[in-house]
Amino acid sequence: MNEELPPEYGPRWSDQRIERMLGALVCAVVGLLLAMIVTVLVRAWPSFSHNGLAWFGPGGSVDDQLNAIFLSGQAGAEYIYTFHAWPLIWSTILITGGSILIALFSALFVAVFIVEFAPEWMSNILQPVVRFLASVPSVIYGLLGVLVLVPFIGNHLVSEEQKASVAGIISLSGYSLLAAITVLTVMIAPLMVSIFSDGLRSVKPGWLEGSLALGVNRWRTTWKIGVRTARPAIVAGTVLATARAIGEAVMLAMISGSVGFAPNPADGLIFIFEPSRPLAPTIVKNIDQLSSPPANATLFAIASVLLFSATLFSLTGWLARRSMRKYGAA
Amino acid sequence: MGSSVATPPAPPAPASPPPPQGKDAVEGSATWRPADRIGLAICWALGLLFCAIAIAIVVYLFVQGIKFLKPSMLVTPASAGFSQGESGGFSDALFGTLIVATMGIALALPTGVGIAVWLVEYGRPTALARITESTIESIAGIPSIVLALFGTVIFSSTALGFLSRSSEGVVFGRSFFAASAMLSLVALPLIVASTREGLNSIPRHVREASYAVGKTKAATTRRILLPASRPQVATGAMLGLGRIIGDTAIIIVLLGATQNFAPVEGASFPLNYLRGAGTTLTNFVYEASPTGNLNQPEKAYAAAFVLLLMVLALNGAVDIVHRRARKVGTWSS
Repeated sequence: MNEELPPEYGPRWSDQRIERMLGALVCAVVGLLLAMIVTVLVRAWPSFSHNGLAWFGPGGSVDDQLNAIFLSGQAGAEYIYTFHAWPLIWSTILITGGSILIALFSALFVAVFIVEFAPEWMSNILQPVVRFLASVPSVIYGLLGVLVLVPFIGNHLVSEEQKASVAGIISLSGYSLLAAITVLTVMIAPLMVSIFSDGLRSVKPGWLEGSLALGVNRWRTTWKIGVRTARPAIVAGTVLATARAIGEAVMLAMISGSVGFAPNPADGLIFIFEPSRPLAPTIVKNIDQLSSPPANATLFAIASVLLFSATLFSLTGWLARRSMRKYGAA
Repeated sequence: MGSSVATPPAPPAPASPPPPQGKDAVEGSATWRPADRIGLAICWALGLLFCAIAIAIVVYLFVQGIKFLKPSMLVTPASAGFSQGESGGFSDALFGTLIVATMGIALALPTGVGIAVWLVEYGRPTALARITESTIESIAGIPSIVLALFGTVIFSSTALGFLSRSSEGVVFGRSFFAASAMLSLVALPLIVASTREGLNSIPRHVREASYAVGKTKAATTRRILLPASRPQVATGAMLGLGRIIGDTAIIIVLLGATQNFAPVEGASFPLNYLRGAGTTLTNFVYEASPTGNLNQPEKAYAAAFVLLLMVLALNGAVDIVHRRARKVGTWSS
């Protein structure tokens, strides 16, 4: 051993001190999150308390309401808080739900493919591809959506009669549910693929071998044993991707159309060409209204809805993954 | 990397005694029903579709980027002008991205590593460890636009006025400090998760050997555990960096709506820029897209191309770290 004491034996690096320092750091981060939840809720309170449950309901034009709220704060007159967010919520549900469904289906197949069936060279290509797709910034997806997909939909997929049939209400220019769902699917599917394939890889080989030994072919074994065992991973991946999709703001602000309009599936297939605007992009689009107190409260109310649902989803995903670990999978 | 399941047993060959090679093992089986074959066809189709999308994105942005990107754009700041040729480049955005990335990761890396070390090596009381774990997990799920709104509340408070511009008691709240601080939260969960993975993969006997020669826990962590998990820490940092570079919502809300640096008067050199508003590449792409305020699609393509190059470089770096770590080999217990 060295004669002189290395610095880590001195009081500066003593164990208790380090533990206390790290503990304080951890508490600070936890405290920051709690502070955030409290702040957002407190700021949002005026909007919720004025509207009650009608906040979530339909009624009137959202864009007009947002405008009135903003102007009332500017003028210094009595604040207006009336806000019925249903079109925004409905748009969020449609876009998130649509892309989650498509992404779930395709991510499951791709994950099974990568883990079980792809030849080595193919999975060597697919894995970096999935990682790349997951790491492309959302604004690049948005840009490609605006400059490539939206014009394509507007010029080729929407017919002139369809445009004319809704001319008085909204314009079908390609900014649409279809564009939003397509791009959002490409954004979240890679996330799902990586979590799904982690789950599939951690299935105990013995279980699969048992099924194979009984003469079940590899395809059926994978789906009946592998995919079923990896169910917690599938729940976790889906739920985390949902949280991401709900919070996606910038890309959707660029291509969803940015109109407070609720596309109605009862109108027939045309509804997928109709523009709308989900909750998160509404904040981005109205961010310069923060200085007006009622608009500030309204935007924080939207944020608190996002925060609540995203936290709920990501905690569910966390619990699902914990249960996976308990099975000895991970 | 081969499939872990297929390696130990030979693929389930129907009759042939020696393990058949690759694809034949899958397709040559008589037990495959038509529905199974269709399923496998869907697998191939979707796998190829993923590749096609990735290739399309890269090729398209490369073509557009090389067509529209001029070297002068990288060194001239944006300026007012009537046509896309007259309105300068996006050097301020490029530097903004670099500043934000440096500051964000400088904040997130020590914090993230600290939290991970505490979780793995200390983790007492257990309740706090649970809470921390779920906190980190939920930070990962919080939309960045919500973080951004929260940032406006924090950084507009008078106590933090020294971090941004303020006039007549009203704090502006938009600055590189504000944006980087919130962006570091975006990177935090990735760094924590990756570092924890690294620390957890070190077997117990390594720690015990270190304690046995009289090292304290802190010294063991600093001298042995953290150096050993360096690849994972680096991976986490690079993933976090990618997230920071790619985030747009926080930048739009907390860095300002300008396309130039807006240094604060009366502050000394680095601080006047850091306290002022600015822009980054993501913000520039957003504003230069047809839905933004500038509407200069050609320059949006050029900036997006630069951004994509950064992301590709980071991805490549992650790959290299992974491969090197695997070559060196980890602990075999």
